[in-house]
Amino acid sequence: MNLKLKVWRQKNSTAQGRLVDYEARNIPEDCSFLEMLDLVNEDLLARGEEPIAFDHDCREGICGMCSLTINGVPHGPSETTTCQLYMRKFKDGQTIYIEPFRAHAFPLLRDLTVNRSAFDRIQQAGGFISAHVGAAPDGNAILVPKTEADHAMEAAACIGCGACAAACPNASAMLFVGAKVTHLGSLPQGQPERERRVLSMVQQMDKEGFGNCSNYLECEAVCPAEIPATVIGQLNRDYASALIKDSV
Amino acid sequence: MSLSLDSKIPAGPLEKKWERHKFESKLINPANRRKFEVIVVGTGLAGASAAATLGELGYKVTAFCFQDSPRRAHSIAAQGGINAAKNYQNDGDSVHRLFYDTIKGGDFRAREANVHRLAEVSVSIIDHCVALGVPFAREYGGLLDNRSFGGAQVSRTFYARGQTGQQLLLGAYSALNRQIAAGSVTMHSRTEMMDVVLVDGHAKGIVTRNLTTGEIKTWAADCVIMATGGYGNVFYLSTNAKGSNVTATYRAHRRGAAFANPCYTQIHPTCIPVAGDHQSKLTLMSESLRNDGRVWVPKNKGDARPSHQIPDAERDYFLERKYPSFGNLAPRDISSRSAKEVCDEGRGVGPGGLGVYLDFADSIKRLGEDKIRERYGNLFEMYHQITGENAYQMPMRIFPAVHYTMGGLWVDYNLMSNIPGLFVLGEANFSDHGANRLGASALMQGLADGYFVIPYTIGNYLAPEVGKRPTTDHPAFKQTEAEVRAQIQRFLSIKGKRSVESFHRELGLLMWDHCGMARSEKSLTRALNRIPALRQEFWENANVPGENESLNVSLEKAGRVADFLEFGELMCFDALKRNESCGGHFREEYQTPDGEALRNDDSYAHVAAWEYKGEGNAPVRHIEPLIYENVKLATRSYK
Repeated sequence: MNLKLKVWRQKNSTAQGRLVDYEARNIPEDCSFLEMLDLVNEDLLARGEEPIAFDHDCREGICGMCSLTINGVPHGPSETTTCQLYMRKFKDGQTIYIEPFRAHAFPLLRDLTVNRSAFDRIQQAGGFISAHVGAAPDGNAILVPKTEADHAMEAAACIGCGACAAACPNASAMLFVGAKVTHLGSLPQGQPERERRVLSMVQQMDKEGFGNCSNYLECEAVCPAEIPATVIGQLNRDYASALIKDSV
Repeated sequence: MSLSLDSKIPAGPLEKKWERHKFESKLINPANRRKFEVIVVGTGLAGASAAATLGELGYKVTAFCFQDSPRRAHSIAAQGGINAAKNYQNDGDSVHRLFYDTIKGGDFRAREANVHRLAEVSVSIIDHCVALGVPFAREYGGLLDNRSFGGAQVSRTFYARGQTGQQLLLGAYSALNRQIAAGSVTMHSRTEMMDVVLVDGHAKGIVTRNLTTGEIKTWAADCVIMATGGYGNVFYLSTNAKGSNVTATYRAHRRGAAFANPCYTQIHPTCIPVAGDHQSKLTLMSESLRNDGRVWVPKNKGDARPSHQIPDAERDYFLERKYPSFGNLAPRDISSRSAKEVCDEGRGVGPGGLGVYLDFADSIKRLGEDKIRERYGNLFEMYHQITGENAYQMPMRIFPAVHYTMGGLWVDYNLMSNIPGLFVLGEANFSDHGANRLGASALMQGLADGYFVIPYTIGNYLAPEVGKRPTTDHPAFKQTEAEVRAQIQRFLSIKGKRSVESFHRELGLLMWDHCGMARSEKSLTRALNRIPALRQEFWENANVPGENESLNVSLEKAGRVADFLEFGELMCFDALKRNESCGGHFREEYQTPDGEALRNDDSYAHVAAWEYKGEGNAPVRHIEPLIYENVKLATRSYK
């Protein structure tokens, strides 16, 4: 198949960026979207141009590094991540817009690559259980009913790609933060630090410049890990309850 | 300096060695720990757990990864599970059985003492991960659930859906984050290690390149820990992440670190077959699928009927036929080779005949589709996206692919390489899996090294080194930095016509054809002739555009491919000089009449550790004998 691409090119964080037209020719439909870009890059190199920079690593949908906005949607028409999108989802001759994940808190580095270290800093603020090595009781000493373990796992599946913030008109990271708060808050091990955790993480989230949730639910629609928007409800409940406890 | 391979295995009975070693290891008091600076390169399971634990103990840790966040490391992609000798299932497991299974699984080419330690600490890993909030699968009563894995007859594998690696890595990442917040670990993402700096023969720092700005920087420390993963991407197509590379370990090798058993590469039996020339990587389907899937091909050569039209009597369930007691759960090396055999016979399925079926029809009939969906739903979904096929209705097609590398930098019992002060953890070292790794043991080893081994053994090196940390003004730093800069300039000034990617593809295919699932003297000799020519062409004609002072993906790739172009040669040397078949190393000349690997314990029950002698010079092979005091070397049988 042949495709017309409009790709965001930007030399570095301060340079002016723009959409540049490229053609992708003779692309097999078994090809993944990133492999299509690999082929375009080989063409660019052959013409003496610099390749398009984009983030990717595992190419099996789990590392969360790939981060393209395709035709206006983070991860495009993929059911999961950009790397798991195959060209059979597109039509011959189609025009495809390829842009980075855009959010104020994700500054652009080059072309389609953005800096998502704000997510790391939110996790550093409290996304953990303080258990030091050597002190743990036997794994079976802490009983976790299957339903609770499954509930925690559902939220823990977040891959930290940032599609939620990129899709949200407010660039809110509440699905991401809610996922961690729900994961650890659903487990008995996570209870001692539950209030502290949610207060610190939300404070850091605000400091990074992510917006608030106003229930567009675009985040849930694009989330490759199918994190349910109910984690945002959990986040709000935990936050409110922690605020009250904190103030008395 | 002559190369010394003292394994420093403690004396005493096997079961007491680690306990005794922990007691005899040098302690560093808490007030002194903060005087020591430790560099950790790579933040996957081994690196993140090491950095977090050392930070917790009070060392001053600086950690680096090339990804945009430590949470991306490829440990995250491990699907099936993590082994531990908990015997929660009351099915006869024990530390000794896990030890024995791992030694046997490794085809009697691993160190007894290291493997026993691994089995001992396995139980603590589960406890610690639970405490960190890893949501392992549970039974309705709240107890931890287990599943079975290849090469074992007990259920000792703990799991979190099909995303165990992800959950364990996120656990280690959270522990690391806690230390970053506490100020004991400083983290540098998108930063690649370019070289290790030796001062008076000791590893005392590294040189890095900031992948966003191109800044080259030197870092001094009291010791360096490398947890930089395996080298499977030498084959270009593998289940590794695109960024996985050999650069850190290979550059340490160039500085004098011995590289052990590079020919031990694991080919995983259950991957999605290659679809075309455009393919950039291979995707693994977890080994756990073999719990419920049956592997088969048509009995008749060239049978092109769709799978559902082939009656049971005309199917060859070749693993069940050849290995009745382990069946579809035969170990990886054996299952992969059997798949290759039937494809070589012309009985393979799918495009090009390079595939075998993994069929769930019987399990769906027995357990219902819902149960299968609950167990493997995400894998079936992934398979569907990649191939467009629904594996609930038709069998999956699978084929072996490069997955893991058992070889790595040589380390002693303390996990220190032959360069004093250079520690190597996880897949990057060679120590625990022998010639073949069992499923669900990589996660176990990475976390064992990081959480439970290095915190004890690092003191043995550091204690006498107090106050010996150089500054980056030392001439060794200036010299190494200059060499790194010169190499970058060399890449940028080639200005050739051929893309770096195309060199990598060509090398990968060459390695797969000549040093892949089966090797021979003939194939290896041919590869050894062709690799230097390819390398020469690379240095004359590679196209590396742009400049150093920017985010330059071509330049990053050039450095990694240049190292693979040298490393591939080392692998072939190792494979050529090991005149036997064992585990993942199958030499066609050495096989039993029924096609099984034929070991030669008299001549090859040893570790081969290679010494670098300069580019273009043949490396020198050194030997560490493997002494088996507790297990009897036996022909590995899964029949």
